[in-house]
Amino acid sequence: MSPRFRSPTADHWSMRAGLTVLSLAFIGLFLVLPLIVVFGEAFADGLRPVWAAIREPDALDAIRLTLVAAAIAVPLNAVFGVAAAWTVAKFDFPGKGLLVTFIDLPFSVSPVVSGLIYVLVFGLQGWFGPWLSAHNVHIIFALPGIVLATIFVTFPFVARELIPLMTDQGRDEEEAAVSLGASGFSIFRRVTLPNIKWGLLYGVLLCNARAMGEFGAVSVVSGHIRGLTDTMPLHIEVLYNDYQYQAAFAVATLLALLALLTLALKTLLEWRYADEIAAMHHH
Amino acid sequence: MSLTVDGITKRFGNFEALKGVSFTAPQGAFVALLGPSGSGKTTLLRILGGLEFPDAGSVHFADLNWLAVPARERRTGFVFQHYALFQHMTVEKNIAFGLAVKPRRERPSRAQIAKRVQELLALVQLDGLGKRYPSQLSGGQRQRVALARALAIEPRMLLLDEPFGALDAKVRKELRGWLRALHEKLGLTTIFVTHDQEEAFELADLVAVVNGGKIEQYGTPADVRQAPRSTFVRDFIEARAN
Repeated sequence: MSPRFRSPTADHWSMRAGLTVLSLAFIGLFLVLPLIVVFGEAFADGLRPVWAAIREPDALDAIRLTLVAAAIAVPLNAVFGVAAAWTVAKFDFPGKGLLVTFIDLPFSVSPVVSGLIYVLVFGLQGWFGPWLSAHNVHIIFALPGIVLATIFVTFPFVARELIPLMTDQGRDEEEAAVSLGASGFSIFRRVTLPNIKWGLLYGVLLCNARAMGEFGAVSVVSGHIRGLTDTMPLHIEVLYNDYQYQAAFAVATLLALLALLTLALKTLLEWRYADEIAAMHHH
Repeated sequence: MSLTVDGITKRFGNFEALKGVSFTAPQGAFVALLGPSGSGKTTLLRILGGLEFPDAGSVHFADLNWLAVPARERRTGFVFQHYALFQHMTVEKNIAFGLAVKPRRERPSRAQIAKRVQELLALVQLDGLGKRYPSQLSGGQRQRVALARALAIEPRMLLLDEPFGALDAKVRKELRGWLRALHEKLGLTTIFVTHDQEEAFELADLVAVVNGGKIEQYGTPADVRQAPRSTFVRDFIEARAN
């Protein structure tokens, strides 16, 4: 290739090849290989043991609990996330910087600490523990605690995805809609929501993947009651600690598959609606 | 239905955007707010449209305390500098928006809306482009869609923010003549913001030269041109003429 026709920003081929090989090797070693190992270990003796491990009652309970917790936490975080992003992106008010910092809090605080916060607040020895216990409300070591911990840990995903998008879009279209006589709700439904739907979808998918996979925070509030408060990640740990490696890998495979499904769905949507997504970015 | 603006002040933090602006415009007048960027002319326009509220002062229009009317009830046809078209809607949907969001009792039927959209498309000379998306149009075409959308709600007042700001010189000239003709036809009180004195003098019945949050001079284009009342006005006109 003649150097005269090289694009001014393109580096030498050896540089490009080197960087490509480096990235592929890194991704392969640290991301793809572990995934292959999980699947390999699970299916080492064929399909039957995997099937058996998943059909085991405790495993089924764990799967159900994970799906229920995600089904509650993800929609709530979608609503909270849109509300937070809307507030931050479209209005100016004192304390806005503080609010943005708080939204990021779950990313910076260790999940174990987030779990402990709920134990300290709602646990038997906590602030509201005795009162809740007297009224027969169980939060810690029960579904509400697991949902709360999941909400806390996965809160930033939707908001973080939407804030830059909505800030970038500005208020012009909303202002135009107001001057054309639209009500607040009408503006949200007809103008704001269609403009953010792709960002919202990505946020929800990422939030869902993390909600199903969360370990640390849920581990603290769950109490590890088999068949009752063990989610899939917790169940995998229990199996692993019991030296039931194959069963552990079998459930892990299912969890990994759920995550891969999320990624596949995202890619499929991007591919299917590529034109529309591109059009939205050409402001 | 004349417009009276009296003693409007507006401050953003430490910046005084408007320092007591007053003017009156008769019904159907075509008024240009002419001034350099940062002079406060867009803020004034946004106050008339209800998108911004002044700290002090009053606005009366058609015997109404205009500032007490919420933005969505003012029926001001606002055309934004960058058009602010709804990117995810076709041209037809954009134009129909103001009719489609009306409360059920006042909303025209689907057929009536479709008919009105076709009339407006014809008025802004965009027949046949109704199914396109804004991203598939040229700047001048988008500009006219924005205007058609604003006209769809049968506005009581037309507010244009740098209507030709983003267009090239040739399209700008063409649209100017067309807009003037449209104004004659509709007879709407129209306020437009521009930094281009040629545009202001050619289009408007009355020109308000705005600088530093104040109106330096207000009068017919001939008056302002022949008898600039301050050094700023004289310098501003001369600088642009050269």
